[in-house]
Amino acid sequence: MSATLETRIGQPWKKPPFIKRPWLRWTLIIGGLLYFVVAMASMEVNWARVWQGLERGGQFVLAFTNPDFTSRATDIREGLIESAIMTVAATVVGIALSIPIALGAARNIAPLPVYLVCRGIVALSRALNEIIVAILLVAIFGFGPLAGFLTLAFASIGFLAKLLAEDIEDLDRSQAEAVKATGGSWLQWINYGVQPQVMPRLIGLSMYRLDINFRESAVLGLVGAGGIGATLNTAFDRYEFDTAAAILIIIIAVVMALEYLSGIIRARVQ
Amino acid sequence: MPQVIAGDGSRIWMLRDRKAQFTRWAAWLVGTIIFLWCWQRISEATEWFFVWDAPRIAADIGNRAMPPRWSYMDKLWAPLWDTLNIATLGTFFALIMAVPVAFLAARNTTPSALFIRPIALLIIVSTRSINSLIWALLLVAIIGPGIFAGMVAIAIRSVGFCAKLLYEAIEEIDAKQVEAIIATGASRWQVMAYGIVPQIMPAFAGIAVFRWDINIRESTVLGLVGAGGIGLQLKGSLDTLAWPQVTLILIVIFATVILSEWVSAKVRGAVI
Repeated sequence: MSATLETRIGQPWKKPPFIKRPWLRWTLIIGGLLYFVVAMASMEVNWARVWQGLERGGQFVLAFTNPDFTSRATDIREGLIESAIMTVAATVVGIALSIPIALGAARNIAPLPVYLVCRGIVALSRALNEIIVAILLVAIFGFGPLAGFLTLAFASIGFLAKLLAEDIEDLDRSQAEAVKATGGSWLQWINYGVQPQVMPRLIGLSMYRLDINFRESAVLGLVGAGGIGATLNTAFDRYEFDTAAAILIIIIAVVMALEYLSGIIRARVQ
Repeated sequence: MPQVIAGDGSRIWMLRDRKAQFTRWAAWLVGTIIFLWCWQRISEATEWFFVWDAPRIAADIGNRAMPPRWSYMDKLWAPLWDTLNIATLGTFFALIMAVPVAFLAARNTTPSALFIRPIALLIIVSTRSINSLIWALLLVAIIGPGIFAGMVAIAIRSVGFCAKLLYEAIEEIDAKQVEAIIATGASRWQVMAYGIVPQIMPAFAGIAVFRWDINIRESTVLGLVGAGGIGLQLKGSLDTLAWPQVTLILIVIFATVILSEWVSAKVRGAVI
């Protein structure tokens, strides 16, 4: 954009490129293309197998038009209840644990050593995939919903504490200072100066996490950590696509309902 | 709502009046009961003997897992490359599919808010609410185990996510710029190319890198259900109780995730 108006008049207009430095642009384009070719070449696809599978895929898609809710009704119901229980308990415990950690991970509240420890916990929780945590916890605590509950609670900490800490760091200092100026103790300062400012965000995030935890609880069953995932896995293994379709429809419906609900709640508190 | 109530003649400041306090108390009570009931159900389904034994088991596993078997690294480079490919190509194909869906779902660009928009939203919700591991499970059953199934699973799972963020970006664009392009007599496609696309390009790049980062994490575990990548090695090591190998694989996964997060943060910092 350094060219003046005089030099530009009479020149045909050209769309400015998204990446301004030409060498970077061309390196990215050529590198990207090269990578694409190499990556596609290194991927072995058994097209005959895929072709055979398409028929089964068609069956599966058709199963969605005719889902079977009844023949495995008890399994589905028990799996769903277990998923819901794990979700609720893990979200509650996750919120309870993430609030102190979020306070510790906010630089404007916590001293540096506390800050580093809390940020470390958050980073660890975020870097470890739920499934990997679940595998380890199943190995330690045995099969069942306890391992799933602990996994989800641990994963919730990373998510909630990080986003809440960022919100606390952004808070309006003057409000918090006003509480301090009245001679409030540290606890009163948190309770009246900080908490009201971050509460809408905390409620919104908690609802969102509830939604995520339910979705995640659907896969934890694959590694033996309880919930609807185990039922789903069995249905796939037996090629009972109509039952699997029914479970997937239920999961989608619950997630949609939760999303709708959290939308209403978030709109009300904000 | 700050309230002033009278207590034995003097007026005391309270945050809430009695009715609001009672409602809150009741809500907390119900919440606590629900939580305790959930906890009881979990507790019933748990073998507490195993839990009390857990510290010993954990220490035992820890002992077996240390030190990591570094020599196994030679066998991990190829799966690591596969994992990277699953995530990157999956993201690439997801973006190709997400762009039209996003344009159909955004209120200001959809051709028909009554018929096409709900379909686009349904695609977004249904692909988003199912975890990539479930998609992988499904695709392994349909098209057989391997990297291809993993890539397709990642791609399908990401469509909804990318399309949702993208359509929100499209809905937030500045209408004046679009109007200016329309005023020059541009066709529908020209309006898109010159009025809308430049405005959402930074958001698009940000979403792409953000999703790529998430996909790296997710593709590390897809192997558990047979969809290729480093998860396959993880599953093999877990099944044979080769704990030193598991440790090494977890370290590698951890390093990859940290690296991808760093790359994604750098790129997002550059485009936004």
